[in-house]
Amino acid sequence: MTPYLLIIPAAAFYAVFTIYPIFRQFDVSFFNWQVFPGSQSPFVGWSNYSRLLHDPAVRTALYNTALYVVITVPAQMALGLFAAAVLTDRLPASALWRGLVFVPVVTSWVVVSFLFAYMFSPSGGLVDTILGLFAGHAVHFDWLAQTWSANIVIWLVGIWKGVGWSFIIFLAALDGTARDVIEAGRVDGATERRIWRSLIIPSIRQSIVFVLVLLVIGAASIFQSVWLISAGGPYGSTHVLYTYAYQQAFTDFSFGYAAAIGSLLAVVLFGLSVAEIQVLRPRGD
Amino acid sequence: MAIAIEAPAQAKLKPAAAPGLFGTKTRKKTRLVTAVILALISMGPLLYMISLSFQPPSEIGTGNFVLWPSHPTTQNYVQAWDTVKLGQLLLNSTIVAAGTVVLTVVCASLAAFAFARYRFRFKELIFYLFLASLAVPSVELVIPQYLLMDRLHLIDSLLGLTLIYVSANLPFSIFLLRGFFEAVPHELEESFRLDGANSVRVLTRLLAPLSIPALAVVALFAFNAAWDEFVIALTLINSSSHFTVPIGLSLFIGAHTTEWGPLFAASVVATVPNVIAFMLSQRWFKSGVSLGGIR
Repeated sequence: MTPYLLIIPAAAFYAVFTIYPIFRQFDVSFFNWQVFPGSQSPFVGWSNYSRLLHDPAVRTALYNTALYVVITVPAQMALGLFAAAVLTDRLPASALWRGLVFVPVVTSWVVVSFLFAYMFSPSGGLVDTILGLFAGHAVHFDWLAQTWSANIVIWLVGIWKGVGWSFIIFLAALDGTARDVIEAGRVDGATERRIWRSLIIPSIRQSIVFVLVLLVIGAASIFQSVWLISAGGPYGSTHVLYTYAYQQAFTDFSFGYAAAIGSLLAVVLFGLSVAEIQVLRPRGD
Repeated sequence: MAIAIEAPAQAKLKPAAAPGLFGTKTRKKTRLVTAVILALISMGPLLYMISLSFQPPSEIGTGNFVLWPSHPTTQNYVQAWDTVKLGQLLLNSTIVAAGTVVLTVVCASLAAFAFARYRFRFKELIFYLFLASLAVPSVELVIPQYLLMDRLHLIDSLLGLTLIYVSANLPFSIFLLRGFFEAVPHELEESFRLDGANSVRVLTRLLAPLSIPALAVVALFAFNAAWDEFVIALTLINSSSHFTVPIGLSLFIGAHTTEWGPLFAASVVATVPNVIAFMLSQRWFKSGVSLGGIR
C-alpha cells in the first residue's frame, strides 16, 4: 500500500493539470469552440485540421519554428560543449567562470527579450553602435523592421540564454570521462581530433542525446521571445507555431483552431523525441 | 549514525593528480583567456542592463549610445516602484514561487521515494508516464489549462497558477530525485528500519539528507520556473493586484511609449532573486546534475 500512497500527491497534480489538459486539447480541437458563457460550441469534426493544412500563416509559422530549431539547437550544443571543454580542467577561479557562463540560464525570458530588443534598437542601440565603429559612420538599422533581421535577434536571444544549460550537462559528462584512457590514447600518438571523435564524444553520448532531445523540445516550443520581441511582426512574418496558436486563441477566440495546432504539435514533438532517442541510442543496447 | 563513504581501495593507487582532459598539454593560458571571453559574453548584456537602469531619461532611449551614465540616477527605480507597483508584483511572485518550491519538493520526494525503494504494479509504466511529459512544453497546454481553471473558478488566482507550476515541475524533479534515492545503499535503509524507523523517517532522515544536491537543483529549477513564467500567468491572471513580476515587466512596453529606464530598473530587481537562488544552490549544482542520472 505504501508506494501508492507516496505517489498519490504527485499523480493527482499530474493527472489533473497535465494529463487531463492534453486530452482536453484534442477534444476541443474537434469543435468550433466558444468560450463565452451560454454560447453553443458546434462539433466540426476534422475541419480545424483541414483548415490548418491550407493556412498560409501556419506554413510561415512552421517554417520559422523549424528554422529556429535547426539554427539554435546545434549552436547551443556546439558552444555548450566548447565551453565545457574549456572549463573542465582546473583553471584559476574555475568556479567563477563556470557560474558566470551559467547565469543567462537563470535570467527571465521577459527580461532578456526586452534587453535584446533594446540592444538592437536603431537609435543608440549597442549593436548598431558597434557596427557603426566598424563601418566608420553612424548605423541606424532597424533590426525588428525586417523579417530576416528580426529572426536573427530572436535566434541570438535563444542561443545566448541557452548555451549555459547544455554547458552544465556537458561539463558533468566530461567530468565522468576516463582521463587515463584519453591519456593513453595521447601517448599512443592519437591526434586531438581523433581523441574527441573516438574517445570523448562516444563516452558522453547519453548526455548528447539528453541535451538534444530537450533542446529540440524547448526550441520547437519557442514562444516568449517572439511574442515580446517582434510580436510576430512585421506583418506576421516572424510568427512561430505557438505565437500563432496563442493569437488565434486569445486574440481571435478561435480556441478550436488553436487547439488543433497545439495537438498536432504535441504529436510531432512526442514523435520527434522518440525518434531522436532511437537514432542516437548506442548499438547493441 | 555516522556515514562514511570510502573510496574504493583501487582509487588510491592512481597518481595523485588525474590527467586533465587536455592531458599534460594544459594550454592553461589559452583556456583562461577563452574562459574570460565566455564569461564576458554571458555577463555583458546583463551588466549593460545594470548601466541602463541607472541612466537618466536624458540618456536612455534618446538615440545616443551610453555605456555608463555620466550622472547615474536611481529615479528609474523609484518610478518602477510607483508605476507598476513593483512591491506588489514581488510579493505575488514570492507567494507563487514559494508555494511551487515547497509543493514540488514534497510531492516529488514522496513519489521518487516510491519509485526508488519500492516494488509495485505498473511502477515503470507510471514512471514513464511522468517522464513522457518532458516532451510537453508548458505553452503547449495553455488553452486547455485556461478552460480547466475557468471551470474550477481559479482564473485570476495565485493558487491556480501555483498548482499548474507544480504539475509542470514534477516530472523532471521525480526523475532527478529517483536517481539519487536509488544510489543510497540498501544496507543503510535496512539498519535504519532495524532501529525502528518507519518510511517517513527513512525518507526524511536518510534519503533526503544524502540527496541535498538533487533537492537543491529541484528547488532552484522550481523557483526559477515559477519566478520567470510568463505565458500561463499572462493568460490566467487579469487583475493588476494579482500580476506576477514577468507580467508587470511586460506592462512597461506600451503601444506608443516604452518606459525603458523603469523597465530595466525593474528587470534588475526581478533578476536579483534568480541570481541569489543560483548562488545558493551552485555548490551542489554539478553533483546534482551528474549523479542524478542525466549523463
